[in-house]
Amino acid sequence: MVVFDKPHALTDTPFHYCPGCTHGIIHRLVAEVLDELGIEGKTIGIAPVGCSVMAYNYFNCDMIEAAHGRAPAVATGVKRANPDNIVFSYQGDGDLASIGMAETVHAAARNENITVIFINNAIYGMTGGQMAPTSLVGQVTQTSPYGRDPKMCGYPVKICEMLSQLEGPEYLERVTVNSVKNARRAKAAIKKAFENQIAGKGFSLVEVLSSCPTNWGMTPDAALKWIDDKMIPYYPLGVYKDRSAKEEN
Amino acid sequence: MADKVLMKGNEAIAEAAIIAGCRHYFGYPITPQTEIAAYMAKRMPKIGGTFLQAESELAAISMVYGVSSCGYRVMTSSSSPGISLKSEGLSYLAGADLPALVVNVQRGGPGLGGIQPSQSDYFQATRGGGHGDYHMIVLAPASVQEMAELTVKGFELADKYRMTSMILADGTMGQMMEPVALDLKVNPAPEKPWATTGTKLSRKHNIVNSLSLVPEELESQNFARFERYKTVEENETMYEEYMTEDAEIIIAAFGIAARVSKNAINAARREGIKVGLIRPITLWPFPKAPFARAAKTAKAMISVELSMGQMIEDVKLASECRVPVTLCNRAGGMIPSPEQVLEAIRAAAKNGGNK
Repeated sequence: MVVFDKPHALTDTPFHYCPGCTHGIIHRLVAEVLDELGIEGKTIGIAPVGCSVMAYNYFNCDMIEAAHGRAPAVATGVKRANPDNIVFSYQGDGDLASIGMAETVHAAARNENITVIFINNAIYGMTGGQMAPTSLVGQVTQTSPYGRDPKMCGYPVKICEMLSQLEGPEYLERVTVNSVKNARRAKAAIKKAFENQIAGKGFSLVEVLSSCPTNWGMTPDAALKWIDDKMIPYYPLGVYKDRSAKEEN
Repeated sequence: MADKVLMKGNEAIAEAAIIAGCRHYFGYPITPQTEIAAYMAKRMPKIGGTFLQAESELAAISMVYGVSSCGYRVMTSSSSPGISLKSEGLSYLAGADLPALVVNVQRGGPGLGGIQPSQSDYFQATRGGGHGDYHMIVLAPASVQEMAELTVKGFELADKYRMTSMILADGTMGQMMEPVALDLKVNPAPEKPWATTGTKLSRKHNIVNSLSLVPEELESQNFARFERYKTVEENETMYEEYMTEDAEIIIAAFGIAARVSKNAINAARREGIKVGLIRPITLWPFPKAPFARAAKTAKAMISVELSMGQMIEDVKLASECRVPVTLCNRAGGMIPSPEQVLEAIRAAAKNGGNK
């Protein structure tokens, strides 16, 4: 008897992710949600540029690879043309919060009926560990070798807080996957973000604090702990906007 | 003969796109092409289509990329500075072999430039515009009627060859009004089994992508794409010849420059000068054959352009430098007058082009 299996919405292609990276967990959570909601066959995913660029090989649904940062715009086109399809983008912090900031903000402002999975690991992984818009103050990276200095580079961008100031978006939540308990919460948030789209409620973004042991220069264990110790204090977990819940109250 | 309506060139493009079955338009305001967006904003909601004013040209072309991935006829339009921004998306469309129609109603440059007519994006359009080895089918209308006809043609060719078609117009073509017959014949879009429409759990997932990390594979994709381009060159090259039969002097001009040149040719003919016009309608593929043919008998060629001289390079290549080619031009939003072109013709007639 099979008691634990790969979700149908994932292909058999082995992930290319580094040991200890949490992309694999988040892919799995998204795929489980596609399975549970029975929407894989009508879902179209948009892959970013960055570590998860090859997400199109891992999800079993139709996939489109976007230019760096443009996934919300590509998703907008897909959803406007095919309102009956389910459309999600999967983007890292460089993609979504730096080069694609305009696309992110305006898709949220328009309340595009799409789901955005935002992976915040505070670094550019694919290119070898450069400073991200979400790198923490003092964080050492290849392009902030003396630690991120706010005098030179300003402060890390808080996407959920920032987007919550807009009238547009339906739902914004920040989660993490650094423990089983947190991964369960993350899955619930991801599921809600897809359910919102099915119900036509609009733009839903789930920010997932994620680890990058390779470029943080840590063991996988230490990296998960760093999320608790360093990231969550600056990026508090929780719901930043939930219009429908607010209206119901 | 269908009734004609008086329309601006920009409006003719918009209406022709709708006739061609385009139901999705994304744009960003920029002079002198904004009438296209305004027209679409009015019409699309009434016919169940999409009009969306994007946050930028980068976003607009990415929205086009998304809709094209789903297999629909889709377009965007802009003017020179905006096309530079769209060039990112143009390269991705080419890399993913997606069809689309992009309109460039050119204005003077470089930089912010001006808002008056220009043809100075010729290099950018005919060489692809963005990074990487690729081409677009570049169509150059010279009347409002052609703005409409080439829009339909552009959609058809884009679908047929899975390429971007670009209408390379100029501010004059966009802004001027002429009578147009809109009884346009349209070939419906072909089947697009590659489109991302949802697997319905009944087929393998489709992937629209331009990433290819194995160089051997990327190379073979490039080779295959250029084989396709060769077919386009063989089958889709379009041009018009005007009084070239006995011509000793050949003018090369497209768009508004071709219309000015026809006036000048008529005047020169009255003076007994044997001069004719080759007007490329496709700028890529460039009509090499008529220039090669003319180079065997003509004494000189003149490239008339609203730029510092861009098409002249293709004229020289196509004529294999067998005859002298001179440039007759204005730039920065200025248009050569018929008198200026006539002077250039007289000079060529006098010294056989030997400048």
